Amino acid sequence: MAQALLGLNVGVFYAMLSLGLAVIFGLLNIINFAHGAMYMLGAFVALIGYTMLDDWFGISLQIGFWASLIVVPAFVGLLGIVIERTMLKRLYELDHIYGLLLTFGITLILQGLFSNYFNVSGTPYPGQPEILAGVLNLGFMYFPTYRLFAIVFSLVVCFATWYVIEHTRLGSRLRAGVENSPLTQAFGLNVPLMITLTFGFGCALAGLAGVLAAPIYSVSPLMGADLIIVVFAVVVIGGMGSIMGAILSGLALGMVEGLTKVIYPPAASTVIFFLMVLVLLFRPAGLFGKEK
Amino acid sequence: MFNLKTTFNPKTAFNQRNLLTGIVTAVGLTLAAGPLSAQEGLSDDKVRIGVLSDMSGVYKSLEGPGAVIAAEMAIEDFGGKVLDKPIDIISADHQNKPDIGASTAREWIDAEQVDMITALDNSAVALAVQGLASDKKIITMDTGAGTTALTEEQCTPYGIHYVYDTHALPVGTATAMVKNGGEKWFFITADYAFGHSLQQNTSDVVKELGGEVVGNVNAPLGTNDFSSYLLQAQSSGADVIGLANAGQDTVNAIKQANQFRIVQSGQKLAGMLVFITDVQSMGLDIAQGLQFTTAFVWNQDDEKEKWSRRFFDRHGAMPTMVQAGVYSAVTNYLKAIDAIGTDDSDAVRKQLGEMKLNDMFVKDGEILANGLMLHDMYLVEAKKPGESSEEWDLLRVVSKIPAEDAYIPLSESKCELVNK
Repeated sequence: MAQALLGLNVGVFYAMLSLGLAVIFGLLNIINFAHGAMYMLGAFVALIGYTMLDDWFGISLQIGFWASLIVVPAFVGLLGIVIERTMLKRLYELDHIYGLLLTFGITLILQGLFSNYFNVSGTPYPGQPEILAGVLNLGFMYFPTYRLFAIVFSLVVCFATWYVIEHTRLGSRLRAGVENSPLTQAFGLNVPLMITLTFGFGCALAGLAGVLAAPIYSVSPLMGADLIIVVFAVVVIGGMGSIMGAILSGLALGMVEGLTKVIYPPAASTVIFFLMVLVLLFRPAGLFGKEK
Repeated sequence: MFNLKTTFNPKTAFNQRNLLTGIVTAVGLTLAAGPLSAQEGLSDDKVRIGVLSDMSGVYKSLEGPGAVIAAEMAIEDFGGKVLDKPIDIISADHQNKPDIGASTAREWIDAEQVDMITALDNSAVALAVQGLASDKKIITMDTGAGTTALTEEQCTPYGIHYVYDTHALPVGTATAMVKNGGEKWFFITADYAFGHSLQQNTSDVVKELGGEVVGNVNAPLGTNDFSSYLLQAQSSGADVIGLANAGQDTVNAIKQANQFRIVQSGQKLAGMLVFITDVQSMGLDIAQGLQFTTAFVWNQDDEKEKWSRRFFDRHGAMPTMVQAGVYSAVTNYLKAIDAIGTDDSDAVRKQLGEMKLNDMFVKDGEILANGLMLHDMYLVEAKKPGESSEEWDLLRVVSKIPAEDAYIPLSESKCELVNK
C-alpha cells in the first residue's frame, strides 16, 4: 500500500509529461524530444524566480511557489510557441524524424547551457510553502504533505486537460483541425493558430511538472534527460496520441515501477521498457491507441 | 709509403681530442658540482609549487580555486621565502581529464621548473600525474583524490597521499558508528562498481565489530526517487542507513529521507563521501543527523578557526578538508626544504618521511614509506538547524578516529616500496 502510493507519486509525473507529449503528437504529429528539457526548464525557472532574480537581473521580486505554478508554465509555454513559430513550422511537410532531430538538438543546447552555469549535482529548491511542509499520518505510513498535494494537483490538471480535449467545443474544433485542416479552415477556424497554442500548451504542461518536481527532487540540468526516455515508453504503451491512454498508463507504470523497487530493485529502471516491448509485440498501437 | 690519409685524419683526430676533453670536463664538473646540487641550495633559485585542480567542473567548489588560495596562504605564512629564495605558485585546470592533467604536469616539470605538485582531486588524474611526476623525480602531495591505489598498487617513491582515502572514509564511519551503538545496518547502494565496493568495505567492518547487515537495496545510478528504497530501509529496523553512493544520488537520498522524517524517527544516515560544501548546499534542514568521516572541521579548535576565517575572507566559503590539506601539505613541504637546505626531491622526500607533521590541519602526522600520510580522522554529524550559530556552523565532532584505525596498516600494504 505504502509503496503503491509512492509509485503513484512517480506516476503522476509520468502522466503529466506523457499527456503533454500525447497532446502534441496526437494533434500535431510532432515527436517532441524537447519535452524533457521543458520539464527541466520549468524547475529551473521556478528556482531562478525564487532565488536569483535579484542577483542576476537586479529585480527585487521573489516569485514564490504558488505564483510559479502560473508564471512558469506560461513562460515555458511561450518559449514553446516561439520554437514552434520559428522552427518547427518549417518542418511540417517533412517526415516525423526531422521534428524529432530538431527537438533533440534543442534539448542538447538547453542541457548544455544549464550544466555550464549550474553544476550537475543538483540544487535544492527552497521555495516549498510552509503549509505543505509537514507529514501526514495515513495510518499505514507517514506521507509528506507536499507529495500528496503534487499527486492531487497533477491528477486534476490531467483530467481537466482530457475533459477539455474530448468533451468541449474547443476540443472538438482542435480535433477537427487535426483531422482535416483545409476543411476546418474553410469553416473559418484559424488552424495554424490552434496548432501553435496546442504546442505551447503541451510545453506548459511539462514546465508545470517541472515546478511540481522541484521541491521533491533536486533541480538539475539532467533531470529531464533522465525522464524523457521513460516517458516516451509510457506514451508508446498508452498508445501514441491517446490522451486517456497517456494519463492511465503514466499512473499505472509509475506504480509498476514502485512495486518493482520492492520486489526486484535492479530491474526498476528497466521494467517499463520490458512492458513496452511486450505491448509492441501484442498491441502495436498501444493499450489505448487506435490502429490506423 | 707515407700515407697521409690513414696516419693522420684531421677529422678523427679532432673528434678523439674533443671526446677526451669532453670526458675530462664532464668528470671535473661532476666532481665539482655534484655534491652541491644533491645536498644544498635550490635547483633553480626558487621553489615553485603547482596547484593542479578542477577549476570549472563538479569538484570546483570542494578544491579548485580555494586550493590556490590555501597554497598562497601557506607561502605567506612561511614568509614568502625559503632558504632566502622566493616561493611562487603556478596553477591550472585539469578539467577532470587525465590526459590534460598529465600534459600540464609534464609542461610544468619540463619548462616551468615546478618542484612539487599538489591538489589533484579526481583519482584518474591523480594516478596519471603521480606516475609521470615520479618518473621525473618530482614530489606530488595529493590532497583531493580518494583512491587507495595512490599508496597501494600504484605507489611511487615521490607520491604522497595527504588528506583521506576510500579506505579511511567508510571504515572510519562504520567503526565509529557501530561503537556508538549503530549495530544494524541497511545499505542503499549505487548499483555499479564504486557503490558495491563501498558497501563491501563498510559491511566487512560492521561485521568484524559484531554488527549486522540486515539488508541492502541496489538503486540504479542516477535514481531520481529514493523514497521507495528509504521506506524499505525504514521498515528493515536498521539503526543506520548507509549511503554507499556519491554526488547527486547522495543528495537526493538525504533530501528525501528528510521528507519522510527518517532521521527524526530515530534512524541514522551515514554518508560515505561528503564534504562540508555539500552540507552547506543541502542546508541543515535537510542534512541534519547525517554522519560522515572527515579530516578537518573548520571550527573544531581556535587554531583551525582562526585560519579558516582568514581563508573565508578571501574565498567566501569555509575550507573543505582538502583545501585545508593543501595548506598543510605546502607548509610541510617548505618546512622540509628549510630543515635540510635543499629542494632535491630525494632528500626532501626522505626528510618528509622522518619528521612529524604539525600544523593547524594535522597533529603528529607521519608520512609512511608508501606515501600515505597517517593522521587522525573525525566522525562528524550535521547539526540541527537550531544548534547552528552561523551560516557555516554545520558540523559537530562525534568522535576521533585514530589514524591506525582509519588507514590500511603498513604491514598489509600492497605497495612494493614497503617490502624493500
